[in-house]
Amino acid sequence: MTRLPARQRSTRDLKSLQRLMTAALTRPLTSASRLQGRWTDGRPMRAVAASFIKPNDRLSSFERLEIYARCYWFRLLDCLYEDCPGLRAVLGEKKFARLAEAYLAKYPSRSFTLRNLPGRLEKFIREEPRLTAPHTALAIDVARFEWAQTVAFDGPSAPPLAPERLTTVNPARLRLGLQPHLSLLALDHPVDDFVIAVKKDGVLRADASNTPEAAPRAAKLRRVPLPKPGRVYVAVHRHDNRLYYKRLEPAAHRILCALGAGRTVTQSVGTVRGVAPEQIQAWFKSWTELGWLCARNGR
Amino acid sequence: MPANRFNAFTDYGIGIGLRVPHYRHILEKKPVVDWFEIISENFMVDGGRPLEVLDRILEQYRVVQHGVSMYFGSADPLDRTHLKKLKTLVRRTKTPWLSDHLCWGSVDGTYTHDLLPMPYTFAAARRTAEKIRQVRDYVEVPICVENVSSYAEYHVSEMTEWEFLTEVVERADCGILLDVNNIYVSSKNHDFNPYDYVNGVPHHRVGQIHVAGHTKFEKYILDTHDHPVLDPVWKLYAHAIRLCGVTATLLEWDDKIPSFDEVHDEALKANQFIDGARAAGKSAASRAAVPAA
Repeated sequence: MTRLPARQRSTRDLKSLQRLMTAALTRPLTSASRLQGRWTDGRPMRAVAASFIKPNDRLSSFERLEIYARCYWFRLLDCLYEDCPGLRAVLGEKKFARLAEAYLAKYPSRSFTLRNLPGRLEKFIREEPRLTAPHTALAIDVARFEWAQTVAFDGPSAPPLAPERLTTVNPARLRLGLQPHLSLLALDHPVDDFVIAVKKDGVLRADASNTPEAAPRAAKLRRVPLPKPGRVYVAVHRHDNRLYYKRLEPAAHRILCALGAGRTVTQSVGTVRGVAPEQIQAWFKSWTELGWLCARNGR
Repeated sequence: MPANRFNAFTDYGIGIGLRVPHYRHILEKKPVVDWFEIISENFMVDGGRPLEVLDRILEQYRVVQHGVSMYFGSADPLDRTHLKKLKTLVRRTKTPWLSDHLCWGSVDGTYTHDLLPMPYTFAAARRTAEKIRQVRDYVEVPICVENVSSYAEYHVSEMTEWEFLTEVVERADCGILLDVNNIYVSSKNHDFNPYDYVNGVPHHRVGQIHVAGHTKFEKYILDTHDHPVLDPVWKLYAHAIRLCGVTATLLEWDDKIPSFDEVHDEALKANQFIDGARAAGKSAASRAAVPAA
């Protein structure tokens, strides 16, 4: 880590200070929620803090820096606690806390909004399965399901397809888009029922705030038995700005995925066998009513 | 001086922050409120319930946007995606002015989601002012920058916080969102006189004032926004409006949020100080009108 110039003369000097401060804040805390005693290069952390933070008659440089480090960790952990109740219920509080800290250490926020903070959690769980063992497969399913809720809550929407398009355009040439806020999930556990059971409250996210939190607040979760393995297909979406989860038949999931991949209606329907045409027509009617189908690329 | 070019010549009175626990009450009861301040980032989304709620609020109320992550003071260049989303929201809300903090919170694209204190240097002031001008030119509304509460200071600082604030706003030719609670909190944490701060800023640039509650710890004060406003902060507020004029005022209450009525009643306490400032202004004016003997 480079040392800071005694005087700041340029934006580069400002950036050096901001890099040092950010590195100090985003470094994991000790188990007692304190700054670590040694810096990355082995120097005492107190000396590093004193090199750029002024002390006063009540607080050392180290203690002043620590206030910000604690606020950083508490705030971001609080956000993950709030957004991932299902994952907390799967892992238990201690294990979830270890996962969350390791996640933030590897993938600090890269977005101006905390809304996107859990966006790489599924990827991280796959990369570090030891942190969720022996429930890694379940944890991945829950992480996917919970992120799908965020997308459905405030993700973009496209104008729904006019119903007559399905009957007036040759299905062999018709390519449809899916609502951007719709997630189609093939899961190895029935986590939809599980997460609904875990959540006691509504689905509104809390405000972003400029207020530093004093401590992370993990609201107690309902104790719910972990779901047993079982393949389910789920659509997570919103309708009239309310969140919904809808179980899908495997064939319905396959057709929707094919549509989403850009295949024509005929090609998409052709990916399934042994389903009555009346059933497929009923699915398309239902998807149209739910507003899931829209023009491809906005056309 | 309530209406000036930094708040688009408006006279907005006393507002409160729009917060999730109050949505139902506001939408159903439609209470009389001068204006609401929204956290911009909560509505810089692509769709869904947040925008539905916002649109319903906009049908009934005046709204002003307040941001928490523009980070004027970050050395990084501005995030174009962030700016585009902000401008889209500005067009939706028709906010007469826009505020964010005089702080930094991100570097090299990593976000701390905190309002970190600036080093009070001329180099930082130049960079910060340049970014404020860029944002204002892009979003096309006046900008007020808010002083933050802080718990640390840097060795490299070359001036006081209020000198730095003045340096930035003069260079950027922008307004000030004067947070008197933050001044009070920082004055206790850094051992300065909060009245020196209020006296030292360019009063004609103050477009809005914030008040809030804080929490005292053994060795420092934390800006928690989870209490009613404390008396020393109200006194500082009274002093500020005597100097700046009666200015659009907002109560921030972001944690342990009580009922809507409790929050609104707390905000309306500002009226007693506003009345006092107006009376003092009138008597000063009448004294000035008396011809010298």
